[in-house]
Amino acid sequence: MTDIIKASLPGLPRRHAAERRFQLYGKLAITMALGFLVVMIGMIGVSSIGAFTQTQIALSINFDSDSLDPEGTRDPATLAQANYSSLEKAALREVFPQVKGRRDKRKLYGLVSSSAQFTLQNKVAANPALVGTTGKFWFVASDDVDQLVKGNIDASLPETSRRMSDKELGWVEQLRASGDVQRVANVSFFTSGDSREPELAGILSAVMGSALSLLVCFVLSFPIGIMAAIYLEEFAPRGRWSDLIEININNLAAVPSIVFGLLGLAILLNTFGLPRSTPLVGGMVLALMTLPTIIIASRASLRAVPPSIREAALAIGASEVQTAFHHIAPLALPGMLTGAIVGMARALGDTAPLLMIGMVAFIVDIPASILEPATALPVQIFLWADSPERAFLEKTSAAIMVLLLFLVLMNLAAVLLRKKFERRF
Amino acid sequence: MNGILKLSPLLAASALVLAAVSTPAHARDQISIVGSSTVFPFATTVAERFGKSTKFKTPVVESTGSGGGLKLFCSGSGDKHPDITNASRRIKKSEVEKCAANGIKDIVEVKIGYDGIVLANSKKTAPVKLTLKDVFLALAKDVPAADGKTQPNPYKTWRQVNASLPDVKIEVLGPPPTSGTRDAFVELAMEGGCKTFKWIKAMKKTEKKAYKALCHTIREDGAFIEAGENDNLIVRKLEANPKAFGIFGFSFLDQNADVVQGAMVNGKEPSFENISNGAYPVSRALYFYVKKDQLRKVPGIENYLAEFTSDRAWGEEGYLTEKGLIPMSVSERKDWASKVKSLQNLSM
Repeated sequence: MTDIIKASLPGLPRRHAAERRFQLYGKLAITMALGFLVVMIGMIGVSSIGAFTQTQIALSINFDSDSLDPEGTRDPATLAQANYSSLEKAALREVFPQVKGRRDKRKLYGLVSSSAQFTLQNKVAANPALVGTTGKFWFVASDDVDQLVKGNIDASLPETSRRMSDKELGWVEQLRASGDVQRVANVSFFTSGDSREPELAGILSAVMGSALSLLVCFVLSFPIGIMAAIYLEEFAPRGRWSDLIEININNLAAVPSIVFGLLGLAILLNTFGLPRSTPLVGGMVLALMTLPTIIIASRASLRAVPPSIREAALAIGASEVQTAFHHIAPLALPGMLTGAIVGMARALGDTAPLLMIGMVAFIVDIPASILEPATALPVQIFLWADSPERAFLEKTSAAIMVLLLFLVLMNLAAVLLRKKFERRF
Repeated sequence: MNGILKLSPLLAASALVLAAVSTPAHARDQISIVGSSTVFPFATTVAERFGKSTKFKTPVVESTGSGGGLKLFCSGSGDKHPDITNASRRIKKSEVEKCAANGIKDIVEVKIGYDGIVLANSKKTAPVKLTLKDVFLALAKDVPAADGKTQPNPYKTWRQVNASLPDVKIEVLGPPPTSGTRDAFVELAMEGGCKTFKWIKAMKKTEKKAYKALCHTIREDGAFIEAGENDNLIVRKLEANPKAFGIFGFSFLDQNADVVQGAMVNGKEPSFENISNGAYPVSRALYFYVKKDQLRKVPGIENYLAEFTSDRAWGEEGYLTEKGLIPMSVSERKDWASKVKSLQNLSM
């Protein structure tokens, strides 16, 4: 029997072997792609872990009423003007009475982040009763101490080859021995804006900037995109013009994003005079960028609605507009939303168009409206990656993880929306 | 299943956005700063402190490069244009003229300190001692041959350039031409080495163009690798490739002293002291420029200037030195601080 098959199909084993080989290649390709992904995200993830904890140093602060509030009025204005930095310095000198000399003292004060004086100022402003008392408070440690505690500074290297001198290492060791150093969850990373000090830098201003830009982008591009798609698909007469428009929309989808940035600079900023560095302009530029994607996706999903629906609606007397808006558009909406979300996810990760309109900037204040200067998540990653301070390395990785998380969430939302609302015919 | 009803909130929202666009923008109450990526870390540090310690908003600082910043700065006066631009070189005459043509006549110049450019390699190999002449011969496109002519750069290894240097391939990672660091490197190191040839130096007066072409052109045969504007990347690459050298700002050497070391240039180590007293040959001054007109319009500029020119910021022990700024001498600082205080106009 098999002999007969073999005789009649001489190439069969060879063809089977070819098929097995092909499947093997395919599996190899998928394994490699997954492998790269795992290695990449794994490396970024591992180096980002440090950013989610923060080192703090405890100091007992004596809120000396003579220096803070010499007149004893507890007047908020006087309290705001007081020199809080001296309180923290005095506390450090108390712990390390042996440190003498200007240079060494300066190094000693450098153990604690420069934010300490503002922390104290805020504490006193919130509770003026603190003046005249003594209490132990935790302060954010400087980036060097933080890196040392996290094991990123190798103490076995010769003194000149590392950021911290032997003396500083000794001080940190002493603080650790007395239990005055702790590592806690870094909440401020999620609740504060950018900073030049790695230990204080947070991503909230960038997240808000991205969110506001995307809001503007969605509000502009989604209605315009689906209206254009409905008109082109349902009403526009077919002909040379509609062909031309279709080709141009497809071309626009492939235009490099920096070009949209240049357009934003030339038209939105220079001609219309809109404010620079704001999410309003950023969102408008991103809307231009996502518009073609939304139109193409929306048209595809309109086309996927079976003609029987349209014909049935027309047959029972609905007008063309009623057919389009009451019957076809609702059925196509999940597909349109998916297209919009995928387009917005692309917009979320793009920096090139923002470069031109001034959103690649150092922004500390958290933007509250679309008219306030803001930056975006990928821009924040770029700025941190470019900073000399070593401690920004982990911040960069952490910001990348946050951006990836948002991208995954958006894509997940697209999948879920489609799953929930899609109707198969 | 009413599609129109579903879409109407979106349409209303977009109408709101458009309405927001058409209302006139209110006057700016936040200082806008653009300019050099080298000055960026210093300007942002001051801006942040300024925002935290005063009632004013934190200034917005953009990193656009020196040339890009001056272009924006000079493109017009008023709220739509930046108030301050940072520069890692001095403003050019042509730029001052462009500013004047756009109605910006009163500019205050502030020199903030110095920055060194280093040639560094991995700590895994021995440190080297270079001269500017070595740097020029290793990196120029054309080098002098015998009898006053030039030839395309024939050197493949450092030993061929100078017998006292190691026998390794010339491989230098540096910034692209858009970078201010590259401009400064070319002007200070390349031209400095170029000038050591007497006949080339003589050329400067007679044939300026040819002189510039010879001294300022970096070789393109693969020995010099443009590594982008990200200096951290260059440091990582040097770590991986101990044979290569990298060109970047002093602050990156300072932060990465455990993995890279700076080469001695003309017998001087790139150290804080050597750059600040001018002994290290590859260092440049950093500036920023302020529009006088905006001082009255945008609140806080004067306070920002005061913060920047205070000793706790730009002094020897100031917080900017922590970020890698090399301070000016006491007398120079005093001189500039008084110029800034009296808002003296820029004079070229």
